[in-house]
Amino acid sequence: MTFGLVAQTFVNGINIGAMYGLIAVGLSLTFGVMKILNVAHGEFLMVGGYMAFWLFTLFDIDPLLGLPLIGIALFLLGAICYKLLFSGLARFHEETKVKNTLLVSFGLFLIFPQVARWLWTGDERAITPVYSGESFPILGVRCGYVPLAGLLVAVVVILALHLLLTKTYFGKSIRATTENWKSAKLMGINVDRTYLITFALGAALAGLAGVLVGMTQSVAPDMGMQWTLKALIVLVLAGIGSIGGAFFAGLILGVVEAVSANLPYIGPYTVALGLVIFLLILMLRPQGLFGKEG
Amino acid sequence: MSNWKHLSVSGGIIVLLILVPLIFTRTDILTFFFLTLLYITLSQSWNILGGYTGQINLGHAAFFGAGALAARYIWLHFGLPLPLAILGGGLAATIFAMIIGFPAFRLRGIYFVIGTLVLAEILRLVFYTILPRADVMPMRLLGAYSLIPRYYLSLLIALLTVAAVYWISRSRLGLGLMSIREDEDAAEASGVDTQRYKLLAFAISTFLTGLAGGIYAYYSAAFRAGGLFEPVWTFDAVIIVFVGGVGTILGPVIGSVFFVLLKQFLSLYLPGGIHVAVFGVLFIIVVLFLPGGLVELITRFRKRTSGGSIQIDS
Repeated sequence: MTFGLVAQTFVNGINIGAMYGLIAVGLSLTFGVMKILNVAHGEFLMVGGYMAFWLFTLFDIDPLLGLPLIGIALFLLGAICYKLLFSGLARFHEETKVKNTLLVSFGLFLIFPQVARWLWTGDERAITPVYSGESFPILGVRCGYVPLAGLLVAVVVILALHLLLTKTYFGKSIRATTENWKSAKLMGINVDRTYLITFALGAALAGLAGVLVGMTQSVAPDMGMQWTLKALIVLVLAGIGSIGGAFFAGLILGVVEAVSANLPYIGPYTVALGLVIFLLILMLRPQGLFGKEG
Repeated sequence: MSNWKHLSVSGGIIVLLILVPLIFTRTDILTFFFLTLLYITLSQSWNILGGYTGQINLGHAAFFGAGALAARYIWLHFGLPLPLAILGGGLAATIFAMIIGFPAFRLRGIYFVIGTLVLAEILRLVFYTILPRADVMPMRLLGAYSLIPRYYLSLLIALLTVAAVYWISRSRLGLGLMSIREDEDAAEASGVDTQRYKLLAFAISTFLTGLAGGIYAYYSAAFRAGGLFEPVWTFDAVIIVFVGGVGTILGPVIGSVFFVLLKQFLSLYLPGGIHVAVFGVLFIIVVLFLPGGLVELITRFRKRTSGGSIQIDS
């Protein structure tokens, strides 16, 4: 009985943690590469969730099959946002750039939920294909199909991103731009294009995560900030720019939340607990758990 | 504009504001004026830290909420006189700010921004859980409820806030704060005690926010404790300051009038909440193309019409 509860808690925590990792990876990418802290990251997630909802209810497309479509759509949305709003700021001195891009994304954060409320009303929506409630037992632990699929999707996407960054020429240009964009430019890398694609990739990753959130929980117009905060917690846990770290930090946060939700007294404060961890790490170990010194 | 003209214009406006409750008896108009003044306090106090010192504090709601909650408890639940309660609200916000100020200002730039955002979010979640029930004014007070004393109190504190910012902008303290905004390292190197200056700005800013919270505690018939810490209190202040003109005295004042007017106006014609999106668009336009906000727009316009001898921002 106790073993079952503990194991079940861990499985649930890992499932949700993989999703956290996926969300944080996108944020980490845009912040690590371009020093844009996109507080509208959760809004892209919300849009992705609603698109999956539309695909499912209007065209009867399974959300998991719709993933590539949503990835492409969000990629385009991210590219448009970047081109219209952020590209002009990329040239500024670093401190000004960080501040102004943050403010612009804050503006987006104000706009998106209202447009979503207008398009999809304020109701909470969930994407529920026929298999959504079903699960299978392993060693007395119930393992749902949907969370498992979410875990798989997260792992596959993060691995693919890792390979893209380490094995391809384009990934190399992203890493070069991260280290020093001026030198990268001198070496003939098209920095503007790299920025554009990186930002769009970040949005696409958020959109994919949105589909998983829509399937395992629900989507609502105001959900964005809550998920941006989750991504931020994972981001500082992992240390900025660390892709693998973000995934493992997501798992840690997922398990910590799942465990603390079962504890007496702490239970109701689970969400606040994650934020307290965030503040402590920010004060005591700003480079993150997996980050390098200095 | 000469100093005398300045003085007589602001004096005239103050006299008109004092006369408002005598001219208008409709509660909706009085509420409009009350809210504008409350927003002036809220945004002007944010301006001290965010505009003059360049520290974007996304946790403004934490101090507003702390002030409101403290004032409400002192006034209603401990039964002390109202002025004491509102002062207590301001002090509570400042004390809280000083406790978290030392660790918070270790964070620089973007980390300060997200750190303060998360702080307010923690308080919101905690207060929704430990004080889940609505805090309602007792019947005897609701029966005698009148907007007029609330309006005058709000006017008094808004004037106090604007005066405080005026004083700061002309003092040595203001110069120090602006030097931190322009370049913190250079300020430190030229002998500005940046940590002390930032804490001082933080203390003044949060004290005034706490007073605004105190007025809200006096105004609101019923609220849930967590709702006082909702990020919207921060975001409204940030929008007002940037749209009005960040780092100016007039900016938050013009911004507040504009914000409350446009909010009322838009909610007549558009579906609820869409005014926030309109302000989001305005906000982005200001950040990208008009860093001085409405104040800069007015200055430009007047320069064009009168040959350019006017300076509004001081």
